[in-house]
Amino acid sequence: MIGEILNTAFITGLIGAAMRMATPIIFATLGEIINERAGILNLGIEGIMLMGAMTGFLVSITTGLLWIGVLAAALVGMILSLLMAFLTVYLGLSQHVSGLGITLFSTGLAMFIYRIHFGSPLVPPIVEPFTQVTIPLLSKIPVIGPSLFDQYALTYIAVLLIPIISIILYKTHIGLKIRTVGENPLAADNVGVNVYLTRTLCLVTGGALIGIGGSFLTLDHQNMFLIDVIGGRGWVSIAMVIFGNWDPLKGALGAFIFGFLDGLQLRLQGLGIKVPFDIFLMIPYLMTIIALVGVSRKAAVPACLLKPYRREEKGV
Amino acid sequence: MVTVTANQPVVEMQSITKQFLDVVANRNINFNLFPKEICALLGENGAGKTTLMNILFGYYTCDKGEIFIKGKKAELSSPRDAICRGVGMIHQHFTLVPSQSVLENIIIGTEMRKSGFLDLKAAKDKLLHLQERFGLHIDPEARIWTLAIGEQQRVEILKALYRDVEILIMDEPTAVLAPSEISDLFRTLKSLVQEGKSIVFITHKLKEVIAIADRIVVLRRGEVVAERRTGDTNLRELANLMVGRDVLERISRKKIPPGEPVLEIHNLAVSNDKGLEAVKDIKLVVRKNEILGIAGVSGNGQRELAETLFGIREPQKGTIKINGITLHSGSPVSAIKLGMARIPEDRIETGLMMDLSVEENLILETHVSPDFHKRGLLNFNKIHQFSNELIEGYGIMTSGRDAVTRSLSGGNLQKVILARELSGKPTLIVASQPTRGLDVGAMEYIHQRILQEKERGAAIILISEDLDEIFILSDRIVVMYEGQIMGDVQLEEASREQIGLWISGVKK
Repeated sequence: MIGEILNTAFITGLIGAAMRMATPIIFATLGEIINERAGILNLGIEGIMLMGAMTGFLVSITTGLLWIGVLAAALVGMILSLLMAFLTVYLGLSQHVSGLGITLFSTGLAMFIYRIHFGSPLVPPIVEPFTQVTIPLLSKIPVIGPSLFDQYALTYIAVLLIPIISIILYKTHIGLKIRTVGENPLAADNVGVNVYLTRTLCLVTGGALIGIGGSFLTLDHQNMFLIDVIGGRGWVSIAMVIFGNWDPLKGALGAFIFGFLDGLQLRLQGLGIKVPFDIFLMIPYLMTIIALVGVSRKAAVPACLLKPYRREEKGV
Repeated sequence: MVTVTANQPVVEMQSITKQFLDVVANRNINFNLFPKEICALLGENGAGKTTLMNILFGYYTCDKGEIFIKGKKAELSSPRDAICRGVGMIHQHFTLVPSQSVLENIIIGTEMRKSGFLDLKAAKDKLLHLQERFGLHIDPEARIWTLAIGEQQRVEILKALYRDVEILIMDEPTAVLAPSEISDLFRTLKSLVQEGKSIVFITHKLKEVIAIADRIVVLRRGEVVAERRTGDTNLRELANLMVGRDVLERISRKKIPPGEPVLEIHNLAVSNDKGLEAVKDIKLVVRKNEILGIAGVSGNGQRELAETLFGIREPQKGTIKINGITLHSGSPVSAIKLGMARIPEDRIETGLMMDLSVEENLILETHVSPDFHKRGLLNFNKIHQFSNELIEGYGIMTSGRDAVTRSLSGGNLQKVILARELSGKPTLIVASQPTRGLDVGAMEYIHQRILQEKERGAAIILISEDLDEIFILSDRIVVMYEGQIMGDVQLEEASREQIGLWISGVKK
């Protein structure tokens, strides 16, 4: 049995699966990091992912064009985030309540639209999903070649987004604005940065990524839409943001570890090891709690996360 | 292009009116600022100084009135509009991001970039050049949280200069500074004026006004009541103008010989939040009918000492005895039971529950008392009576005992704390910075109350940065410096020079 686990094919397959499992979480984690760095906790994430998954699936099946489906998922993520921005940035309502509201609303809406369009068929409709893109030469590297360079296009994009978002956040004036708006919106306002606009744009951009993350689940990972397709991956992403200390690189690493455990769990089940799925689902949360206990004193929570910004309030 | 001549104002604010809900913060104010001058905007808390300047900075929009900057009418709807016109403002509470570097804090929003990336090198060069020119030195790479308050203020000034500000508004810039930092700041302001800047200096401290301003505009209850050249006025006149009555403190104090010891502190050592030793082996005794003033610049262990006495911080070693009974360390309940009244340094953070009513705050420490209960439930008849008496007795200005505490002004917040703490006839009062940030009227009231308590028989520790306050109230003065007691002297034998030396760490 150890031999079965330690052979090359198993490891190749496992790393490949980890990358696939991690993809939607990387998208959602990066999106959520952009939101939270600007000071908004987007608990609508789970619902936005579900709407992304449903919209991507529906549009792809209708148009026959998978990329249009992905774009539609991004768009629906942006629209729902715009609603979030209206509630939390402009009206200054509780981010917890608004976010959970959007998740509940989106969950209902996704099922509603799906039912209207497809009714309740005995066999769920399926879409012809994306196929893996094999990168020449690199995929010939032993062990890691086939696992890392024979992936879906969205997986490559997710990986590329990690350094891109890091650079934007730390090396550009846009990133400086985003970080300042999350840390001290008054400071940003005082130097002429539009706090409301910055927060809104961050929500919308993050929402697009979260929506795309959802669509991966119905257009790559699976080829059908089920109401529980997200399966808590939005919440996992929130945990990964904390695990990664609001840093894109560390957050993505957390997502990869989650993907790895997820992939391992599936494979171990395949080998006939009787461990309930739930045990593995607990692992990322346990991991986050353990990591938080370790880093809690140094946790770089954006100082004004959850705090609405109001200009004409007495006592400034 | 309008040229600015020496007698033409750089800022003209005409008939400015601003109302918040039912409070008129500014009523028909005319204010001018002339080139190369330091103009002090003097007034009590709530006089409308900050509001007026927030309007000039575009942070608030005025309900009525017009603003001209350098001769041109200015529509200011956000700070960005003001910055474009050369107006910068440094708020009383700095607007810096602690986790970011000095450079990042300064350049944000200035769009210094090279093909989309932040051009940190060019920005740093510009900053270093400014530092050289104005003599404001600070490491551009340092994180804000590692800097002292005075240094953070320098960052704020550099932030304004980096934006080529010509008109600089400073809101209570000395409130948080140590005396040596204040003289540095004044030197900086003078050099800024020499370089052609114009400065508005918001304050309620009369001596500073005389020391730094060329011209003084006095606000009271949202209106301009007077304007003076510094040479043509004096402290007493300014005080009268500011509060509308004669208040330079002439408090009468009775000489009462101190009685038996009430508080005895033995070999007390306390660590601060970072685990470093903040209070080092302190011995102190305070007697009945005695006010012990603890002078010194904040950050020399006073806060940790007060918190230990309050029972909210555990000492490393040592004992605290009140009337001979040992204070159970780290237990606020023990402190209350032993008859200690606690007036904390930060009234908003630790003194009050801002979102509860005035009444609820008044019974915060005594709500468990059987007096306030009937058959296991709170006896509101008694509680209402109790809080009405206190509100009246202490002259707390509020719409009623049900008003949310947040709606009170600073002086009234402190009165709520005072009323709560003194209602139990404490044997020991520990007051930490009891008048910080309060206006002259409220300050005087609190001083009188503290003296009354002494006459009643309480032993009092007064921790204050304000030397005037220390000298007005104390019977005996000690100075804390780096966690140690520098000296211990009776009021009659104390000289300001001596205390001043102790405060700056010079022994002998």
